[in-house]
Amino acid sequence: MSKEQQTKEKHNHLQRFYYTQDQVIEKPFNWQQMRRLLIYLKPYSKNYLPAAMLAMLISTLIRLIVPILIGKVAIDIVISNKNITMLTYLVLGIIVLYLINYLANVFRIKWVNMLGQNVIYDIRQHLFSHVQRLSHRFFDSRSAGSILVRIMNDINSLQELFTNGIINLLMDIVTLIGIIVILFVLSPKLALAIMIILPLMFYLTTKLRRKIRRSWQQVRIQQSRMNSHLNEALQGMRITQSFSQELENAEYFHGVNSDNFESWREATRKSAMFRPFVEMSNALGTIILISYGAHLILLGPENGGIGIGTFVSFAFFIGMFWDPISRLGQMYNQMLMAMAASERIFEFLDERPNVKEKENAYAFTDIEGQVEFDKVSFSYDEKRVALQEISLTIEAGETVALVGHTGSGKSTIANLISRFYDPVKGSVKMDGHDLRNVRLDSLRQKISIVLQDTFIFSGTIMENIRFGRPNATDDEVRQAAKFVGADDFINRMANGYETEVEERGNILSAGERQLLSFARALLADPRIIILDEATASIDTETEIKIQSALAKLLKKRTAIIIAHRLSTIRKADKIFVLENGRIIESGNHEELVQKQGKYYGLIKSQFQMLDVI
Amino acid sequence: METFKKLKDYFWPYKRFFLLSLLFLFLLTVITVIYPIILQQTIDSVVFKNRYELIPYISGVFLFLMIIKGFATFYHQYLGDLFGITAVYKLRDGLYHKLQKLSFSYYDNAKTGDIMSRLTADVEGFRFFLSFGFAELLRIILLITISLGVMFYFSVPLALVTMAAMPFLTIVVFQFDKRVHPAFRKIRKSFGKLNTRVQENISGMHTVKSLSREDFEIDRFSHSNNDYKQNYLNTSFIWSKYFPLMEFIGNFCAVALLAYGGFLVINDKLSLGALVAFFSLVWYIVGPLMNLGFVINQFSQAKASAERLLEILEAKENIVETKQAINQPIQGHVTFKNVTLTYATDNDPALKDISFNVTPGKSIGLIGSTGAGKTSITQLITRFYEPDTGEVLIDQIPVSGFQLKTLRQAIGFVLQEPFLFSATIRENIAYGDPNASEEQIIDAAKRSQAHDFIMNMPNRYNTMLGERGMGLSGGQKQRIAIARAICINPKILVLDDATSAVDMETEFKIQQALREVMKGRTSFIIAHRISSLKHADEILVLEGGRVIERGTHEFLINNKGAYQRIYEIQYQDKDEIMKRPHA
Repeated sequence: MSKEQQTKEKHNHLQRFYYTQDQVIEKPFNWQQMRRLLIYLKPYSKNYLPAAMLAMLISTLIRLIVPILIGKVAIDIVISNKNITMLTYLVLGIIVLYLINYLANVFRIKWVNMLGQNVIYDIRQHLFSHVQRLSHRFFDSRSAGSILVRIMNDINSLQELFTNGIINLLMDIVTLIGIIVILFVLSPKLALAIMIILPLMFYLTTKLRRKIRRSWQQVRIQQSRMNSHLNEALQGMRITQSFSQELENAEYFHGVNSDNFESWREATRKSAMFRPFVEMSNALGTIILISYGAHLILLGPENGGIGIGTFVSFAFFIGMFWDPISRLGQMYNQMLMAMAASERIFEFLDERPNVKEKENAYAFTDIEGQVEFDKVSFSYDEKRVALQEISLTIEAGETVALVGHTGSGKSTIANLISRFYDPVKGSVKMDGHDLRNVRLDSLRQKISIVLQDTFIFSGTIMENIRFGRPNATDDEVRQAAKFVGADDFINRMANGYETEVEERGNILSAGERQLLSFARALLADPRIIILDEATASIDTETEIKIQSALAKLLKKRTAIIIAHRLSTIRKADKIFVLENGRIIESGNHEELVQKQGKYYGLIKSQFQMLDVI
Repeated sequence: METFKKLKDYFWPYKRFFLLSLLFLFLLTVITVIYPIILQQTIDSVVFKNRYELIPYISGVFLFLMIIKGFATFYHQYLGDLFGITAVYKLRDGLYHKLQKLSFSYYDNAKTGDIMSRLTADVEGFRFFLSFGFAELLRIILLITISLGVMFYFSVPLALVTMAAMPFLTIVVFQFDKRVHPAFRKIRKSFGKLNTRVQENISGMHTVKSLSREDFEIDRFSHSNNDYKQNYLNTSFIWSKYFPLMEFIGNFCAVALLAYGGFLVINDKLSLGALVAFFSLVWYIVGPLMNLGFVINQFSQAKASAERLLEILEAKENIVETKQAINQPIQGHVTFKNVTLTYATDNDPALKDISFNVTPGKSIGLIGSTGAGKTSITQLITRFYEPDTGEVLIDQIPVSGFQLKTLRQAIGFVLQEPFLFSATIRENIAYGDPNASEEQIIDAAKRSQAHDFIMNMPNRYNTMLGERGMGLSGGQKQRIAIARAICINPKILVLDDATSAVDMETEFKIQQALREVMKGRTSFIIAHRISSLKHADEILVLEGGRVIERGTHEFLINNKGAYQRIYEIQYQDKDEIMKRPHA
């Protein structure tokens, strides 16, 4: 056994599956990015933001004043002088302060959330709308999951920052400075002595916290690997059982699970050290207070010492130190995570659509549906040429079939007609208008595309058909469904047109889905229809049923059909045979068969399998 | 409690972590309450009696206690956490094992998303309760009891006055929890909806753009987005209504303490030190009380989570290996005798009275529209389901007589949608037999026409597939799936609509490969295209779970039945094309 094999053996339990490791979830602080984030606060800079800050200031001040009143005033002045009247006034005064504090807190929580949630809403709306406008190229290179994560999770990780984060940051700074000032005013000597614990506390929050944070990141990475595997294992369960790999997978999982357990234990161990250290530093403060404070009390106020009340106030304030410092440390963490999230969000926002609408673009009103390619070249990326100087004309009302191997450029032609991409060279015209001069929505309203895999949105059948034209009435939807022959199966369903369907649901068969997409396309009433392998995954019996619906759909429209099956192709007015991005043959079925060229060869191979036997 | 008892096996073996953690908890709670007493001693014994020499002792005792408290805090938290994570570590392994064993009929009714949320959120909920919830409940009770004890020791009337507002606090806390949790659920729900909305939009982007429905989509999105925001705000309004109120009640207690306590001190009925100690003790009671609702809610949530986990652990395993199951090499003689199958009790039978007999090495073609029962037949052979009546035999032995591994390792499955795992091509091909040699793997790939395109990839057989890997075309994935089936060298091969999703030319290649592969194996071919199953030794035409026609291709094309009809549509132009003289 070679050395390489040996190492492989050793880690065998972890080498069965491989999952994407999570990216680093924090980035160094970047002021420019922060500024860009803060712009989202602007709409609220005259209402929620100042209001929340005011409420925050009021409650912070009250929180700072009360310990003085209870400590210094109550004990040193009122109680030592045995003045019951003053005690009454003092108590009433504190109650009033607490009432104000109560109100300030009610409004602070309200306004802070109004601010934060509105900002999050705005960012999300901005990002989503932006992504809607991006072109196909953007979606080609990214998985649906990675886009979803940015719109949902990345934005959510800004939530804390915009709700409590910013206000708390201010509140904590005010509190800290306030405490320090008050302590120095009350007794500079004692204050100075106590301040020794501050650096210790800061050190703890940054250093120890960082270690803890790192180890939790490790846990998250392990966990996401475990979840990726669980998800895949569940989806592939039928395959696993078919190949009876249950035990082997369980062994792999056991390894992942153990790794997760170990990293978790490590993180827990580190986290558990945090509180004891904090409490120790607090205790240190208390010891200084007790020893030095008691000494100062004995000296008496007249000899530069302090009163008992001051001592008590100090005891209160020491307890108040920790919260703001701890929160500031957390804030820092949050900031780093927000940096990573916002960088990813801005990356999407900085994407520009490749297919741009011209400023002076005009809308199509009525068009006939004539399509012309004039020496069009196109490539998806630099290495691979998809179309090379294609020229073709499709007359209005004609049915045209595109034939060729996978990758020969059939779908590219369809994509260029809808202007999902712009040609690299040459131009695509409709009724003589260059597509680049036309408003995008007016162009696409004239075109319907039916794909092999119809996408069903979750909602009722009615809503799914209406997706073709949102302002269509219920009657119009029903008519469209009836027209393509979808009416029958819809009426047979429990709730008819109101039946809820969803993409992953198995309520609809492939044929039924296809009929829905025909109805959807019909409702849009396009001038041009593109069928991209629309009938490929349907069994023959169903296809017969669909044929008549299809004929009705194509009537009086320009139709471009991409298909493998001869039965769909042969009725076309014109057939273009493509190879490596070029048109190598064209004509109708009869002519091409007569010619015995590439087309003939292609369809012949469909029957050859019979003869091979 | 019944629920937790059933899960006992997963956490009770680690009870020592829990009990030790509780011991440390007790220690640390006691020390916590000592802090105000030290303050009181400092004021009453040192300051008022001018006995400064006591300070070093007090400081020393305090420091000593704090160090002990530090250790106690650490071990309480660490051992508590360890208890939780060890338990869920065992639990996860248990769940995974169970999920591997549950049969197809379980997965027919289960959604991946739902199982995933049980494996993540519910396991986490359960862990949180074990690690934190239960101990926290004890901590609250302990802290409140001890603090109250100290208070009553110092001054009974003052303790009573101070505590007067506590019942109100308790009421507010429970009111709050009753309202805030449904609100949180609503947030989660609206977040889920928003998530689905975005996911659908991105997955269906092609459709959206084709119909230029971007504005419509943005509009729908803003609706869900707003719904999420509103739910969030509603929750924060509940928060703003109750939280400041709780704080106010707590503060009110402190004021009552100041008023009455100050009065007592002035009248020399209470020492000043005790008054100061009271100020700390009040918050030891108010703070935990504010948390009580949260902890109790945690308890009921953990119970719900545990129930959902039990549902998986106690799910019935429909397919069980009998003790007498044999491990005898399979030859591949498959017999169905009057087999009827129903998936769910209310449904119509998926198969009705199916009988056939295939001797080793022969092939059966299955054709018929979606839902006719083609796939059901093959799934009975592998014993993914069991028939209601009738018998499924292999080599004259009922399939239930074989060990599952023996049975399934003898059957190679290729499905219409090939599912490949996030692993290298090599590992995917060797999925059914992780110990397969390099030669076996390459041989399997060659025979499924996959070797050439694999060798053209930058990393060849080490190319990574799945989420992290290369995008393969449908035809390429299918050929890897075929190689995976061949690699276990099965006696029986099942091709479930294996080539319908690829283009003509690829299909042609795969068909040729399959014909080679099928030699010497019993084969079941499910297809829509006549060309795929024409050469089968017997073809069954299915409709509504019944065989409506059977025979060889030659017989069926002249039988004036469904098969002939399908044939004529698919081959209507054959004569015209084929009769042409070659140029």
